[in-house]
Amino acid sequence: MLKSTTPTMVGSEAKAKKKRHSFSLNAKDKYFALLFLGPSLLLLSVFVFYPMFRTLYISMFLTNTLGKTTVFNGFGNYATLLSSPEYIASMGSTLFYVLAVTALTVSIGLLLANLASQKLAGIGIFRTLYSITMGVSVSVAAIFWLFIFNPSTGFFTIISNALHLPVINWLTDPKMAMWAVIITTVWMHLGFTFLILLGSISSVPTTLYEAASVEGASERRQFFKITIPMISPTLFFVSTITLIDSFKSFGLIDLITKGGPTNSTNMLVYRLYKDAFYSGNYGQASSEAIILTIIIAFFTFLQFKFLEKRVNY
Amino acid sequence: MITSNKPNRLNKVLSYLLLVVLAVVILAPFFIGIWTSFLPTMDIAQGNFFSTKVSFDNYVAAFTKTPIVRYLGNSLVISTLTMLAQLVFCSMSAYAFVFLKFKYRNAIFILFLITMMLPFEAEIIPNFTTVKNLGMLDNYSVLLIPFLTSAFGTFMLRQAFMQTPTELKEAADIEGLNHFQIYWSIVLPYNKISMITLGAYSFLGAWNQYLWPMLTTFSNDSRLIQNGLRQLQSEETFNDWGMIQASAAIIVIPTIIVLFVGQHYFKSGMNEGAVK
Repeated sequence: MLKSTTPTMVGSEAKAKKKRHSFSLNAKDKYFALLFLGPSLLLLSVFVFYPMFRTLYISMFLTNTLGKTTVFNGFGNYATLLSSPEYIASMGSTLFYVLAVTALTVSIGLLLANLASQKLAGIGIFRTLYSITMGVSVSVAAIFWLFIFNPSTGFFTIISNALHLPVINWLTDPKMAMWAVIITTVWMHLGFTFLILLGSISSVPTTLYEAASVEGASERRQFFKITIPMISPTLFFVSTITLIDSFKSFGLIDLITKGGPTNSTNMLVYRLYKDAFYSGNYGQASSEAIILTIIIAFFTFLQFKFLEKRVNY
Repeated sequence: MITSNKPNRLNKVLSYLLLVVLAVVILAPFFIGIWTSFLPTMDIAQGNFFSTKVSFDNYVAAFTKTPIVRYLGNSLVISTLTMLAQLVFCSMSAYAFVFLKFKYRNAIFILFLITMMLPFEAEIIPNFTTVKNLGMLDNYSVLLIPFLTSAFGTFMLRQAFMQTPTELKEAADIEGLNHFQIYWSIVLPYNKISMITLGAYSFLGAWNQYLWPMLTTFSNDSRLIQNGLRQLQSEETFNDWGMIQASAAIIVIPTIIVLFVGQHYFKSGMNEGAVK
């Protein structure tokens, strides 16, 4: 929902800095400001700022099952969480998932974008096909892949049987269930990542490659010495976007594994939801929410800082 | 890769081969899903993947036996309204940040930036209590009101509005237009492309919502398509793979067509990005 800036916006910031709008000092401006800004400010206060402080407040209390705060607990909920092996395991599996998804999405996206940036006849068809998963929503992706992973009638099972290979229990083996979620997530993110990287690769000046070719640099060398450095800001951008998105993963987990088997895919947001709305443990769930916020805010801030830096150079 | 000095034939063949193999791998889940949506569930259950009893029966069943049309309608209405509301409210607040001078402008803008760092997922507990107390549960309003505006949309449009040529603004000042007129007849038309981008973005965002609608809606009257598919999948139809695949296909085929048609626009958008 709340995504960060796209790389093209950075250019506009730079331009805007050169010629700020001169303001006509008008006393009426403040009434217009109230009118133009009021609705958004009110909505954000009710649904973003208030809940943030409220969550922070609840996280310091013990709660009853109705969500009413009972006893002040200070940082007790946080201490309980951080000393709970289950929460540490949940954090661990989330980190594994996030890193695997980000690494795979960005590297496969880069491979596809580099291939599709070639000047070949009919390349447009491949560009469209590679970006197709942009049109796939969570539930559709989950259903397509659930059928493929299905232990009894799934596509992988049929293939394994036909080739007399051992059948992998994708959804019942804790390790493989994690990979099932990772594969589905990567597949879903691929279209968007591909398109952004393709745009970036296409904007690298061709003269750089021409000069390198004259000097006899191989294609592989050109890729690592020209393409990668030139598109590194975009690489950073898609990586952080994917990272932030996967930290917030919920839909695919709910649809594919429901956090199981044996909690192996019980990642941060899914756990938060279950602790709050299944177990009624609102105090603890709120402290989980605050920890999640700190993680996401950190990465978003990093992204802001990086983009800001890029403008100045 | 872009300019190989000797485009020899073998390289070309290898490139095409790799392109095709990767396309097949990426498209495989679609092919498998859409193919099975035409097969009888019995054949799917027996692993008879190359059955010849191809028919539209699963599609007929999905349309007649499940509330999928209602789910689709709900999602269309909510996504369209969310998009329109965000276009209005985000452009208005972006206008205020760029063209109006008022007290605490920078402080309020920083508040918006901070908002972009806070994940909605972490705020569902108080938000759930809020909408429950307001009696909004299981109703269109609960799916709509929290998302009428967005800090990201405001930020994005602010960046775009800042590029509006000063001459246009000066001309408007000389003509004595008020802020509503400048907003409506100069700033919005000039930033059409950014408005379209935000529109597409907010529509898709609403269309893909999952956690919040799942928490706040319980009846078919207000359930959205993403949660509706889950409902179909977890109900008695769990093993009716044919019909489930047909339901997924019903949802995905229109979006794919839109994507194919929109490819032209995507491409020109890409070129625009390349110029900068």
